[in-house]
Amino acid sequence: MSAPAITAQPCGKPPRAKWRRRSVLPGFGLSLGYTLVYLSLIVLLPLAGLAISSASLGWNEFWAIAFDPRVSAALQLSFGAAMLAAIVNTVFGVLIAWVLVRYRFPGRRWLDAAVDLPFALPTAVAGIALATLYAPNGVFGAFLENVLGVKVGFSALGVVFALMFVGLPFVVRTVQPVLEEIDRETEEVSATLGAGRFRTVTRVILPAMFPAILTGFALSFARGVGEYGSVIFIANNLPFESEIAPLLIVIKLDEHNYAGATAIATIMLVIAFVMLFVINLLQAWSRKWFGHD
Amino acid sequence: MTEAEKAATAQQRRQKQAIGEGPITRGVLIALALAFLGVMLIAPLLVVFIEAFGRGVGVFFEALTSPHTLSALQLTLLVAAIAVPANLVFGVAAAWAIAKFDFKGKAFLLTLIDLPFAVSPVVSGLIFVLLFGANSALGPLLDSYGVKILFAVPGIVLATIFITFPFIARELIPLMQQQGSSEEEAAISLGAGGWRTFFLVTLPNVKWGLLYGVLLCNARAMGEFGAVSVVSGHIRGQTNTLPLHIEILYHDNKAAAAFAVASLLALLALVTLAVKSILEARFAGSLAAQRRH
Amino acid sequence: MQVRVANVSKNYAGMAALADVSLTVGSGELVALLGPSGSGKTTLLRTIAGLETPDTGIVYFNDRDASEKRIQDRGVGFVFQHYALFRHMRVMDNIAFGLRARRKNRPKESDIRQKVMELLDLVQLSGLEKRFPSQLSGGQRQRVALARALAIEPSVLLLDEPFGALDARVRKDLRRWLRELHERTGHTTLFVTHDQEEALELADRVVVMNKGQIEQSATPDEIYDTPATPFVFSFIGESSVIPVTIGNGRATLDERVIDLDVGALPDGPAQLYLRPEDVEMVTDGGPGIPGLVVSTRRIGGMRRVTIECGLARHRIEFDASAELSIQNSQRVQVRIIGGRVYGAGQEGYATEKLAASATADFKWAKAEGWLDR
Repeated sequence: MSAPAITAQPCGKPPRAKWRRRSVLPGFGLSLGYTLVYLSLIVLLPLAGLAISSASLGWNEFWAIAFDPRVSAALQLSFGAAMLAAIVNTVFGVLIAWVLVRYRFPGRRWLDAAVDLPFALPTAVAGIALATLYAPNGVFGAFLENVLGVKVGFSALGVVFALMFVGLPFVVRTVQPVLEEIDRETEEVSATLGAGRFRTVTRVILPAMFPAILTGFALSFARGVGEYGSVIFIANNLPFESEIAPLLIVIKLDEHNYAGATAIATIMLVIAFVMLFVINLLQAWSRKWFGHD
Repeated sequence: MTEAEKAATAQQRRQKQAIGEGPITRGVLIALALAFLGVMLIAPLLVVFIEAFGRGVGVFFEALTSPHTLSALQLTLLVAAIAVPANLVFGVAAAWAIAKFDFKGKAFLLTLIDLPFAVSPVVSGLIFVLLFGANSALGPLLDSYGVKILFAVPGIVLATIFITFPFIARELIPLMQQQGSSEEEAAISLGAGGWRTFFLVTLPNVKWGLLYGVLLCNARAMGEFGAVSVVSGHIRGQTNTLPLHIEILYHDNKAAAAFAVASLLALLALVTLAVKSILEARFAGSLAAQRRH
Repeated sequence: MQVRVANVSKNYAGMAALADVSLTVGSGELVALLGPSGSGKTTLLRTIAGLETPDTGIVYFNDRDASEKRIQDRGVGFVFQHYALFRHMRVMDNIAFGLRARRKNRPKESDIRQKVMELLDLVQLSGLEKRFPSQLSGGQRQRVALARALAIEPSVLLLDEPFGALDARVRKDLRRWLRELHERTGHTTLFVTHDQEEALELADRVVVMNKGQIEQSATPDEIYDTPATPFVFSFIGESSVIPVTIGNGRATLDERVIDLDVGALPDGPAQLYLRPEDVEMVTDGGPGIPGLVVSTRRIGGMRRVTIECGLARHRIEFDASAELSIQNSQRVQVRIIGGRVYGAGQEGYATEKLAASATADFKWAKAEGWLDR
């Protein structure tokens, strides 16, 4: 047979589009199988339970709960306070990352380690500590109330302070490695081109860090929305004033109002996912815009 | 000014940093970062210890040795002893499947593994209440066999596993991806079996990263408050973990006792941070390049 | 503009990166700083730019102490080896950056635009102004970096290993192009390189550096033909070294006299440095030094022969005509017709030094790095 050898057709069937590439390493079936089963049992099944419970509520009941003034006040507080805390954390988180990466000073390593404290300290511990500090008779609380006339403890502002505590490391730890990687030479070139330090920082360094800053902001915000333990001690948990959405879920559960709890939880999850989705889009856009890919 | 002085100042001017912030800007930025971290993170930590010993060492030890505290400590240790190994096995299996093989849907699987990070602790508790509660399908069924999950130890364990689910996987996956699989392929080609390859080649390469993940997972497992609070039922001596015990003591106006127990958890946090810092300083190369918590 | 470096020293972590270096670069000159890694050439370039401050010594721009000005006002165009383009800015914004950063006499936006277009034309990148750096090839990025440096109309252009990160063919093209550009624009230009071919081909003057000091500063021809030190001899081109003895104003190898001018070298041991063309085979039966062929290989139109000669079996490489048939282990006679003799106490460039300078590089990089900035 004198088949033209140039068109190197594979004999037999064309290769099927495989869903995985072959590998000589063993254990793919076992490890992936275990992963999927465990993931399904621990995470997916319970979350699906929430979705089913929520779906069984029916639109009317669902909207009635969602637009209940107390519920919407709690949701507004949770998202608003988380947003405010994330903004403050973004500003100070970038500052702290900058100081940790760029400057050498005594105690820098201790400071670097301390940034992770909110990750390691249980929220209940943080909660009672913050409540003690910012209570009207606490060290900071007394100062803020007597000197500045601001009431932090047992108010909505207390919620923001607790969320600042909880969310700070997310910004620092996301921005820090990116700042470490930034090419020192772009700063030098900016200086040789005549740009002052302020211009170099705002036009050259910060834009290069922007996607990381956005990620840090998003993580800090997401954590703040769901936070419970550290908040309930410092806020006085008054409806319409300092009652956060997760607390309202707990209250509904205590009242055996499962429908109410489910509805609030669903709204929280949906809004959180939508916001994270939007932030992801923003990030993809900014990465493209800032030439990162 | 004499010629010598002029020359000296000229030389001094030359010694200045070519680029970077001036000493004043630098000082102000460092001071700002220190002040923010001091007020936001260090002060709450100090308050825990000050309040714990504020009423004297007697009150401190009394609080720690009370039967309720001891049983809470026991439960906390038990929960961590189940949750951490469970997530350890999962983390290793997931990292093996995801880092060593190429298959479709990998990115989606990674997102699913991250899911518990995005869910509020209270909602994490809620989903188990919905799954095993009195009005669920499963709850009454299990109840009829005498199996109690909600408001009992199994519920607390489940909620804790859910909350700490991604920690170890999230540390191992990027680390193992970064290391590639050429060493494992070499071991296989030399005739080693799968398990042998894993224990003799893979595990030694990731041991510090694994320890790092276990550490963070354990800190969170012992400190979790929101999720556990929802599923526990707060039965003293039975379903009370240390964080829950802190809340009860605090609301009973036993602040000193609450802070005494809190100092125990704060100590755990400090140890966690210390070991973490040591790992990062000594074995930076054997940890995943970019960490998120 | 004339650049004068006067007695500049710079230490990193106790190591001398620059040891009392003095150098004058005339207006419009194109000068290459050539040396192995760790020789201090990049430090010298960065010191001229103002990116490093000397421990002692002064850099003058046209007889004015350059340190009187902030780096922003020095007007140096610096091009980094890896370009350091602002990757979040389009090509056009990269080039316009310096003009827009001006506090005084900032041109109108339309003038900036026109200037950018002119520069893009100059560096042959017209039409790419909307691209991001990540969408350009290495050679294109290099030219954007150059255009960006030229945009501020620098008084001196400094290039750090300008072609170091490019592959060989692009490098050759860009080299020719840069030479032409220099002839057209006439900037005083210094560039750093470790590639001798690049330095000899491109520069008006080559400054060879070693261990933080200038070994020789001369035209390419002088550098090759009359190397001032054994280091320059051995760093540029190929060379063999054999120890000789000086006595009565003559150099001898194993008591055979070598007919070379030894200048005023004192009696005693010395080193004879030879280029491949400094040795020829004796084919007419005349006197010569006997040697044993250890290898031959064909290089272009010549045959590169390595022989061992003398009692201590010193190796000499030389070029013989390709027509001669030479085999390994053949006994031959060679005649030395060129080369230079250097006295004891001077060191050539040897591969062993590379390892040492690599460690030095590392130490400097650490000191130079991120500490205290």
